[in-house]
Order: sequence, then structure tokens, then C-alpha cells
Amino acid sequence: MANLIGQSFRRKEDYRFVTGTGQYVADIRLDNMAEAAFIRSTYAHARIKSIDRSAALALDDVYAVITGEDLVGKVGLMSEMESHCRLPKHIEDQIKPIMKHNVEPVLATGKVKYVGQNVVCIVAKNRYIAEDAAALVKIDYEPLPAVVDPFEALKEGAPLVQDDLDDNMQAYFHLPVGSWDEAVSKADHVIKGRFTSPRVGSNPIETRGVVASYDNRTDFLNIWSSTQMPFEIRHYVAKLLGLVEQNIRVVAPDVGGGFGPKGGLYPEEVLLAYLAKQLKRPVRWIEDRVEHMSGARHSRDQIHDLEVAYTKDGTILGVKDDFVLDVGAINYFALTCAYNSAAHFRGAYKIPVFDLTCRIALTNKTPNVPYRGAGRPEVVFAMDRIVDMIARELGMDPVEVMLKNIIPAEEMPYSQGMYYKDGGELIYDSGNYPEAFEMALEMSRFKEIRANQEQWRKEGTYIGIGFSSNVEGTGVGPFEGAKVSIDPSGQVILHVGSSSQGQSHETVFGQVAGDVFGVSLDRVTVKNGDTVALGYGAGTYASRSAVNAGSAAHLASVKLREKMLAVAGNVLEIAPEELTMQDGVIFAVSQPEKKITFPELAAAAVPGMRCKVPEGMDPGLEATHYFVPPTVTYSSSVHAAVVEVDIETGFVKIKNYYIVHDSGRVINPMVVEGQVQGGFAQGIGTALYEEVVHNENGQLLTGTYMDYLLPTSMEVPVAVQGEQEYYSTCNPLGVKGVGESGAISTPAAIANAVVDALAPFHVKIDRLPVSPNRVFDLLQDTRSEEVMMPK
Amino acid sequence: MKTMEITVTVNGKKRTETVETRMLLSDFIREQLRLTGTHLGCEHGVCGACTVLVNGKAARSCLMLAVQADGFAIDTVESLVREDGSLHPLQQAFSDNHALQCGFCTPGFMMTLVDFLQENSNPSEGEIREAISGNLCRCTGYANIVKAVEQASQALAKQGG
Repeated sequence: MANLIGQSFRRKEDYRFVTGTGQYVADIRLDNMAEAAFIRSTYAHARIKSIDRSAALALDDVYAVITGEDLVGKVGLMSEMESHCRLPKHIEDQIKPIMKHNVEPVLATGKVKYVGQNVVCIVAKNRYIAEDAAALVKIDYEPLPAVVDPFEALKEGAPLVQDDLDDNMQAYFHLPVGSWDEAVSKADHVIKGRFTSPRVGSNPIETRGVVASYDNRTDFLNIWSSTQMPFEIRHYVAKLLGLVEQNIRVVAPDVGGGFGPKGGLYPEEVLLAYLAKQLKRPVRWIEDRVEHMSGARHSRDQIHDLEVAYTKDGTILGVKDDFVLDVGAINYFALTCAYNSAAHFRGAYKIPVFDLTCRIALTNKTPNVPYRGAGRPEVVFAMDRIVDMIARELGMDPVEVMLKNIIPAEEMPYSQGMYYKDGGELIYDSGNYPEAFEMALEMSRFKEIRANQEQWRKEGTYIGIGFSSNVEGTGVGPFEGAKVSIDPSGQVILHVGSSSQGQSHETVFGQVAGDVFGVSLDRVTVKNGDTVALGYGAGTYASRSAVNAGSAAHLASVKLREKMLAVAGNVLEIAPEELTMQDGVIFAVSQPEKKITFPELAAAAVPGMRCKVPEGMDPGLEATHYFVPPTVTYSSSVHAAVVEVDIETGFVKIKNYYIVHDSGRVINPMVVEGQVQGGFAQGIGTALYEEVVHNENGQLLTGTYMDYLLPTSMEVPVAVQGEQEYYSTCNPLGVKGVGESGAISTPAAIANAVVDALAPFHVKIDRLPVSPNRVFDLLQDTRSEEVMMPK
Repeated sequence: MKTMEITVTVNGKKRTETVETRMLLSDFIREQLRLTGTHLGCEHGVCGACTVLVNGKAARSCLMLAVQADGFAIDTVESLVREDGSLHPLQQAFSDNHALQCGFCTPGFMMTLVDFLQENSNPSEGEIREAISGNLCRCTGYANIVKAVEQASQALAKQGG
């Protein structure tokens, strides 16, 4: 019975947020708490010759000044996230990957590998004093040649980023689907292009932060971290410090955005845990924004050399891609982004032949990790740009070529002839992509715009419309858990393993459980982000929580409902099949006066002589379920961008924007729309403004918000949304993930719209962001080639 | 460390505190007054998360020293909720319109808007967008914040305030 699912409930978490009473890591205050600050490398690559900390240690209220050498043999090395790096055997057989083990100490030893790497940690009475002390530490560096360009990094004889490896190619794989040579032989044309998605940062408005505290009596370590993966933090802190996992509690309290890079393990989490134990006092570290720009991990940074074989009517026969991913100084997530790129390359297009080669290059830059989209926006940009180019080569409308190659609805479920990274066959479970495209054409008034463009240009107004589609594997495993119980008060208490960084878990999972128990939303309390609540948990990333934690919450609730009916049957002496529940009361359908309330039932289930739980069942009203998805489920979207380009300034204004998305069954429409709009805003950043820039020495040039531009309310219009609701066939709720779809196609759609607006100039956009200076340069280039200026 | 005694009226209550002269107003509010609803997002005056009212005008508390606020009135997000726990029209509108996701930037937006709506009680969409253009939100894409401000301005007008 779905009373709650499908409704736009106001969020349960809002009250504390709007009243300023949420609790983020920086709001935690413990007795006797000290504060840490870090000295970070100012070189991209340098040998540490010496560190003189005597003056810092002499300062009042400085408790410790720690270097990497102090930790050798005491704190293990950070390395690949194992749970994200394993590949099923059959995928290994198909792609024959090379994946080299690489490491990073929590504080640099011997040499530094990127600007922003932690070198020295200072613990003092407060942050002001810690920074005073930091200024007194003298570090003598011997600069080494920095490897900045990924292609240079891959050349023989390039300086090594990771000294224990033979070269800088950290990983490699080749994925062949069908025969590229055959596709070329059948084709009329082969088009080539290089498409670059530069480095960006996720920039949650809350920076990272950690508080750690150790209790001697119970040998127990408490860690609060602004993380997306509390269970992984617990696992790795235990592993690197040689501790027992269950003597560690990791809590992700209110977390102020994450978007990917707050996942994984960071040096500060390990080091603060270590220091809290060593110094016998709680220690806090709150990242400042300048630290964040170099110390928090970056993303994207892919360069694709793409070839597409096609016939003269615009039918695409095959795609060949050779790409390099610049992973920075260490690869923590193995093939996560790179294989995502492979799995999402063809998206909604029916392309039988696909041949992809990937090389992952180590460079002297901040590590590169998944960020909203995680390898998908890069390839959607490459693919939809080249489809647009094919159309313009053939003198066809890009829309015509896109529709010609889109997967017909009647071919669903559709197989891409390869595996997803979780080992499942890559088969789109449900959806209707041509319908979505038609909806986007209709909503955007495509025909009207085409009909008027010429006239507008004559008036000096350059308006263009661009499209992009994507299909996204969402709800990736391996699992997520939920534990549900009935409190003595009658309240339904639901713990989920995946924590929230703003995704509305307390509301949407309350809707899922509330429906099973027939209670209103206020009778369900959802808790998350705490490793003591459940034995296992994965985290919130990869558009996976609604699918995995949602399904786990549903199935755990179903289990508990059955048990409750059994216990009630025992108490009321009625067969459980004759009972139902509504608003916290269990009653017989035919005799409503025969009833028991949730608090009464909870009391009847307490272990002891009077326990009324039937023989063979455990006492108590509690159930746990771990949901293991068979494979991912495929959401999809079509984006349409209408832009106006100022040909004098190069400024791109988004006039209108439309997103048609299929997120499967929708639990809370308001939350889903919010996710799509939010993803869209980040897509605008990637499309038009954001770029992490390093100079030739690996020095970060975009170290503040004066240099790294985030979209504001002036740059982000409303994305008008259209909805399809093709239920997932891979989980009991029918839901699909929605967290990333807004971000994935935005850069491609906007780039195509800019190209369309500037059609008379024949500009080619093959690099993001499409910033005003880049548009200006493109226009200058075409003008210098004496392309006729339209009058 | 050099210290100084300052007197500030915080959320309507007069307080006299001894502060280090170098202490930021934002740190003073959070660490010394323990009003943690004011958040720090960039500490270089761009993101607006730390916005409070200084003598009734929106200001970035990360760009001021505590000693500069001596003798001033400071209002933080904690001042908005009514004594009975009911919400200010802006708070209600933010929740009603899903104008927040992670909630971290929200106090800064609301304090910016308290000042703005006092100046302009019936703003257009364009004026709202301009008013919040100095506050960064990374979750919502701003659309629902604009809607919330429209609702709040109407609610405040009805209140006659």
C-alpha cells in the first residue's frame, strides 16, 4: 500500500537546518579538545631534505608537531580502496587490465608528490596557535622535475611519481566489443576528434573535517568525519593503526554536501585517530577552503581521442576511443571512473561496435577520484559533441542524427554486449529513450527555434539549441543494509547504512518504511551515518542510496511486519493472515475490536517469561535486511539547452533548459526534482566556468574562489523538468538513482547549443569549460581564417 | 596574545566578552559564543555562508574581526525562530519549497535575505537572484531558494512586516 511513496513531503531534517541547530563536524565540541593544522606541500615534486620544528615546539600551548618520519612503522600506508577496486574474473578476462598497487603515507616521507599534500601536522590549543606554530616550522625542499602533463608522464624516461613503480602508467585496459576494422570497412566516413574534460573540484560548501576522541577505559575510539563512507573509514583506520574495528565508532553527522570526493579515506581521518590516542585528548581538524582547493581530491581530467565510423545517412557503425585519465599522484579508486566511462560511452545510442583503450597516468597533482557523474560527463561530452560534428559534416540536423541512432523502445531491454563493473551484463532494464527525446523536442519548442534562428542572427542575436542524452547505471552494489525496530513508545526506528550529505534520507526512507507499517511519516525515525547501528554499510555515492538503502529499508520492514503480525496473532489468538495494521494498531480485518497497539506489542515481545513471540522466532520487534542488487538499474535523461552567445564578449547565457528524466518510481517528487536541478547546476559549472589549473611546475593556480568560479544564482536558471516513470526491474521498489543525471549531460548539451548558436562561424568545441575567453578565442580563430562574417 | 574587552548585543542580549584582538568575528560567534548556526564555507568572503546581521545589515562575519563589532548588534540565524519554536516566514518558506538540501549554506542565505526583504518587501525574481548572488549553494541549483523567497516575501507582507 503506497500512501507515502510518491508524495512530496516536506523534509523531516529541515527544522534543525533552518534554525541553525544542525550538527556538522565543526560544531562538535568536546572537553579538553585540541585543534590540528597541517603544513601542506608547496611543491608538486620535491625531496624533503630536512624539517626543523624546534621553534614551533617551543611555542606555548603547542602539543605536538608531527612529521611523516615520526609515523613510520606506527601508521600504515594508504592505498587503493579495496572494495572499489576488485573486478570480477570475467571482466578481467575480457579487458585484461593492468592495475598497479600505489601508496601514500598520511604525512609525506622522503618526498612530496603534489601541491597540497600533508607534510607536517601541528596540534595546539586552538587553530590560531597551531597556525602560528606552522609558520615557525622550516622545511628544506630539493625541488624535483614535476610531471604535470599526462602524455609526458606516460613517456619512457619520465620522472617517476610513485618511486616503486617502473613507470607512470598506473592502470590500463582494452575493451573490444565487435570489430572496429569491420565497422570502418562498412563505413562511408570516419571522423576523429580529441575531447578534453579538465580537472574540476566538487566544492561542497562545507569543507572536510574530523574530530577524534579516545576513551582509555573502554579502549574505544570515536571519530566524527564529514565523510560519505563512515564504514570504510572505520575499516581503514583499524587496518592502518592495527586496531579492532568494533572498538571504533565512526559517525558522519550532518554533512554539508559531498558529491563524491568526500568518499574514500583521507590522511586526516587516520592521523587524527592516531593523535587522539597518543595525546590522550580529543583532536579536531577543520579544513579551510584554501586547503580544500589542493588537499581535497579533484576529478574528471580525461582526454579522449575518439574515432567514429558512420554511413552517409548518419548511421553510426562503430566507435573507437583511446583515452588518458590523469589520476594525479595516486589512484585510490582503480578503474571506477575509467570503466564508468567505458560503460556509459554509447549511452542511449545503438552502436554495435565499440573499441576502447584506457591508460591511467600518474602525475604530480592532487589525486583524482569520482565526482558526481564519475567518468560519465566526460564521455557524454565526447560522444554527443562528435555526433553533432557528424551531423554538421553531413549537412543534417544534429537532432536527426541523434534520433537516427537512438535505441528504439521496442528493443528494450537492450544489451550493450559488455559487462557493467559490478559483473552484471550491461543490459538496460527499462526506459524509452526516443519518447524522452520527443518530449524534450516538444518542451524546448525546437521547431520554433529552428524556424527563427536565421532571422535572429540577422538581428545580431546568436541563439542556439543543443541536445544530449545519457543512460546511467545507478544503484550499484555491493549492498546496503537496514535495521528496523519498534520502540517501546511505538515509534518505528529505522537505521540505514548509507549516510546523508543532504539527500533527504530521513524523509524518503521514512516514506518507504511508513508505507509498510501503515503509519504516517512522523511515526518513523530514520537514523544514518553511524557505524554502531549496523554491522555493515557502504555509503552514499553513485546514485545508489534510494535503490540500495531504500530496498533494504523496504525489505527489512516487510520482515518485521510479518513478525509483528505473528506476535499479534499469538496475543489476540487469531491467525496472522486475518490481521492487518494501520496507524500503529494491529487488528483483525473482520473484527476491528480485536486489536493491539504498537507499544503493547513491543511490550509483549520483550524477552522473558511473558514473551508472546511465537516459538522459533527471536524475541523483540526488530529485523535487519541487507539488500544485494543483482546489478545496476538504468536511469536515463535527455537534456535540451537553449543559449544565447554574445559574439563580442564570448559570454554564454542559458536562456532555457529542459531535462526529461526517467528515475523509475519516484519516492518523493520534490526531492527528485531537487536532485536534478542541483546536478544541473553543477553541470553548468563544468560546462561554462570551472577548471582546476596547474602551471608547468604543477603549481596550483586556482587556489581560491577568486580563481575557481562556481555558478551563482545569476548563472543557474530553472531546468524545466519532464518525467518518465519506467520502473526498475532490479529492485522491489522499482526505483532508479537520480543523484547524478542532472550533471551528466549538461556540459554536452550546452556545448552543442553554443556550437549551434555560432553555426555561421563553424566553431568546434572540444574542450570544457566553454568559458567566455575560450568562446572569444574560437571566434577569433574563425575570423582570422576569414570566414565570412554574417551581416 | 593581545586581548580586548568588547560589548556586543547578540540576538538581543547584551554580552561583554574578552577576545583576542586577531579573532575573526565568525570564530567569536562560533567558538566563544557557541552559536554554531553561522557556518564557515570559504573564509575569504566569497561563499556567504557566514553571513550575519551587523547593526541590521547583512555582513560576512569571516571578513570582520570581533573587536570591530564592539558596541554593535549582531544577529545570527539563531535569532529567527520564535520563542515557541515556530518558524520565521523565511525558515518556513525554505522548508516548504525544498530550498535546502545539506543545509550548510542555508543560514547565510537566510540572514542575507532578512536584510534584503526589509529593504525590498516585494522583489521580482531578478531582484531576488541578484540579492542572493553573493551566497553560494552547491546542492540546490538555487531555483527553490528563489521560490522560497517569493513565498516569504508574501508571508511577511501579510504579517504587515
